[in-house]
Amino acid sequence: MELSFSNLGPVRVLHVEGRLDHVHARAFETALAPYLLDCTVAGSPVVLDFAEVPYISSVGLRVLLLAAKQVKAQHGRIAIAALTPIVSEVFEVSHFNLVLKVFPDVATAAEFLASDDKRHAN
Amino acid sequence: MRIKFWGTRGSIPVSLTAPDIRAKLLAALQGARGLSFETPGAIESYVDGLGFDVAGTYGGHSSCVQIDTGGPEHFILDLGTGVRPLGTSMLERFGPGAPQTYHVFMSHLHWDHIMGLPFFMPVYIPGNRIVIHSCHPHVEFALRRQQAEPSFPVRFDHFSANIEFDVMTPGEAVDIAGTRVSSHLQRHAGDSYGWRFERDGKCLVYSTDSEHRVEDEAERSGFVRFFDRADIVIFDAMYSLADSISVKEDWGHSSNIVGVELCQAAQVRKLVLFHHEPAYSDAQIMRVFLETQRFEKITREGDALEVLAAWDGLELSL
Repeated sequence: MELSFSNLGPVRVLHVEGRLDHVHARAFETALAPYLLDCTVAGSPVVLDFAEVPYISSVGLRVLLLAAKQVKAQHGRIAIAALTPIVSEVFEVSHFNLVLKVFPDVATAAEFLASDDKRHAN
Repeated sequence: MRIKFWGTRGSIPVSLTAPDIRAKLLAALQGARGLSFETPGAIESYVDGLGFDVAGTYGGHSSCVQIDTGGPEHFILDLGTGVRPLGTSMLERFGPGAPQTYHVFMSHLHWDHIMGLPFFMPVYIPGNRIVIHSCHPHVEFALRRQQAEPSFPVRFDHFSANIEFDVMTPGEAVDIAGTRVSSHLQRHAGDSYGWRFERDGKCLVYSTDSEHRVEDEAERSGFVRFFDRADIVIFDAMYSLADSISVKEDWGHSSNIVGVELCQAAQVRKLVLFHHEPAYSDAQIMRVFLETQRFEKITREGDALEVLAAWDGLELSL
């Protein structure tokens, strides 16, 4: 599992690469932690780019749920984008598409979070 | 070994309502528009081609499963309301003059798993022997209490059958009526226990009312060992994964996703979704079933895991 980042305007994009299963979920949770700390009402909104995630298991989904909970408590904003077909189906079957903001691509997600950011600023 | 499901609904028994029946009839008749049925066989073929959620129902009895081990003694898993029709079928089969031995294995003592006992007719027939196996030391107290005043008019002591209690040690395998039986502690309020039955090279696991902490690797490994290469695993799939680890965390139940993941890891042959959410319609249970089949397919790495959704009346052979 690899995690790298880039900035798209005010939005921080985290590029996730690899399987998020029982073997790699803990590493993903650890790598994600510092970015979540900064994902506050005054910090950077986060888009998780899942274009290179071929598979996610229940324990990987749990990491996403905890991340969303933490960000919500901090009044920050987080979204997930560019799900691969299999991961998209896993989201639907597990009903995680109902609890997390999912977008078809990074640009759309970043645009949504940036506009949401402006509304917060106003 | 043969399995029959007598009660598959979770938490509380439910029944179809008049609007439910009407919706099924409307769906069936709408699908028949423009068709002609020249023979009774053509009508049957049409009905048999409808989805199970339209032409059938998953049923509403609470947990009860029968195992026919092939031996003379009968195995029953839990005493939910499904044990009432099970008892009736046993009387029809054997009559009151042929005493039988029943081994009952309790997952736990919550009311949806014990409430059928006062309506299990074999308990009122002298000569019958009923052995209640449980890992809960207070099993006898729980079963007596539900029939104490003012909850029920017939006291436990009025049972005419010979009732025995066998408090078992979790994790310790024993031979019961020619079948190897072992239990496994599960996460549920007041604890619950899964049961593993092995006989003649075949294996059935019954694991209901069991919440799974997906991040707990030791717990996960324990279940993978308990399910190891079972022919059938009957699994509590009451909630979606999202619900089971968020708004319904600590409610004591699991999901179809975790069921598939554990069974794939344990190289199980067949997963049976069980303990259906009482608020779900037949169509919703059908949707969960189809989604689970799809999930198994897209995550499969080894041999296929067959997925079924249990319904009251379903029979399986191992």
